Amino acid sequence: MKYATIATLKADLAAKKISSQELTSHYLQRIKKLNPTLNTFISITEEFAINQAKQADAMIAAGKISHLTGIPLVQKDIFCTKGIKTTCASKMLDNFISPYDAHVIEKFHHDGAIMLGKVNMDEFAMGSSNETSFYGAVKNPWNLNYIPGGSSGGSAAAVAAGLAPGATGTDTGGSIRQPAAMCGLTGIKPTYGRVSRYGMIAYASSLDQGGPMAHTAEDCALMLNVMAGHDSRDSTSVKQAVPDYTATLHDSIKGLTIGVPKEYFAEGLDPQVAKVVQDAIKEFERLGANIKSISLPHNHLSIGAYYVIAPAEASSNLARYDGVRYGYRCDNPKDLQDLYRRSRGEGFGPEVKRRIMMGTYALSSGYYDAYYSKAQKIRRILSQDFQNAFAEVDVIMGPTSPTVAFKIGEKSQDPVSMYLSDIYTLAVNLAGLPGMSIPAGFVNGLPVGLQLIGNLFQEAKLLNIAHQYQQATDWHTQHPDLEELA
Amino acid sequence: MSVDESTVINIAKLAHLEISPQEIPKYAKDLSKILEVVQTMDQIDTQGIEPMSHSLLQDSELRADAVTEVNNRDGLQQSAPAIAAGLYLVPQVIE
Repeated sequence: MKYATIATLKADLAAKKISSQELTSHYLQRIKKLNPTLNTFISITEEFAINQAKQADAMIAAGKISHLTGIPLVQKDIFCTKGIKTTCASKMLDNFISPYDAHVIEKFHHDGAIMLGKVNMDEFAMGSSNETSFYGAVKNPWNLNYIPGGSSGGSAAAVAAGLAPGATGTDTGGSIRQPAAMCGLTGIKPTYGRVSRYGMIAYASSLDQGGPMAHTAEDCALMLNVMAGHDSRDSTSVKQAVPDYTATLHDSIKGLTIGVPKEYFAEGLDPQVAKVVQDAIKEFERLGANIKSISLPHNHLSIGAYYVIAPAEASSNLARYDGVRYGYRCDNPKDLQDLYRRSRGEGFGPEVKRRIMMGTYALSSGYYDAYYSKAQKIRRILSQDFQNAFAEVDVIMGPTSPTVAFKIGEKSQDPVSMYLSDIYTLAVNLAGLPGMSIPAGFVNGLPVGLQLIGNLFQEAKLLNIAHQYQQATDWHTQHPDLEELA
Repeated sequence: MSVDESTVINIAKLAHLEISPQEIPKYAKDLSKILEVVQTMDQIDTQGIEPMSHSLLQDSELRADAVTEVNNRDGLQQSAPAIAAGLYLVPQVIE
């Protein structure tokens, strides 16, 4: 049962082979055994989960079964949960209790899904390794000396270790796709505006987007069915009907045209990762797809543009943490300025402060045109490059990350080398496109992710393509050996 | 372009971030390295290109100018560091 998919559990619940209460207690027990080693959870919401499971069992008994009724999940600790601590993995919010639920959380509760707990992440979602968390680094279940990726590292590690069959993540520059790749999972970042950001703590508001992480594309489709949809409380939430993402999973992909950008296989890509990704693309050829070499000529400029736009938005968003209305306050402030400055200086960790400083610099008088305005123009160029490509191809494929997971501590002292590892994912957020990562093989025992990029609102197509690959391959069914810990 | 220590002090002031004197050289070094990456943007001429602030195709919708939130002062203040009589407390501002 421990690595069962959501789809299997859903069938078992409907057939009354197992109850949601049994399922929930199974996962809670496994969490208690493995979490001390993996450090995936910030809060385990045991009592809350057991109560929800009782209600879900009653719903199932009454024949009221929705997409995820009775299915235990974990939530990234960036989503506000009413009455339950929401920290964003920061000392700043270590004692924060939200008075309301995020839209996504409301939707899961309403659907009858179970919340097992709130999982670890990089502080304020700023990081690619889950090492910036106030609550400590998360271990990669495939090798405990390695990072699980970030910022949704707790989400990825929890699912990969069988502590839950699915998790939410958020993705501002790759934070769903990269940890999914590094932990051998399937994850999708939907089109910007597809999933409401209400109650999702803001990092860079024009880029942030929530999405599911699970073992399979089918499971992601089930979760996205619940998460997606218009919400009037988020003014960037789009008013567009949500399709049933499971309905098109079985469509044939014969005749599909896959664009492979030559820039994604240039210098910097680990040759062993390149080989795995190329083999995966060949598999699609066997499934009847056509492969076409394309160019995304300005992709190398995405890092510069991202590390202006995201920090600029962050410096503005994080101005709300002032030590007055909620969050950390320093001891014995001598005046209001001292209260602001020391609460923020002591409450934020180093990476968050670095990005606030970078963003403040880029927006400061005299530099706006050179940095922020320039970055926004490059954003348009990057977006146009994708549209040019989608005039010729149905989907773009390449690596999710240039390497497999690296060792804990290996890059944490060098922020720029960490930033460079986001080279294949950043432009997707800047253009607002949906992107996905699926397991495609291993290098030295660590998982490799294949990235799929679709045009705006093509989530169903991406899930269909991924599902067809998962019908023909078994990378997504391989799991780490954690029996010594269990 | 590199960031010098006086710039670091000025940015920290603008961002209301207390940083210790020992941290200043590290910020100067880190921000300079990040700027090196940022300056790769100068490799192309972007004259005449319209800046793109977000990726939404249609303009975001304006909501009706109506009160939708209920009064939840107690809930909102449960995580406040210091309150009294429903008000937030801060150090004295006016002598």
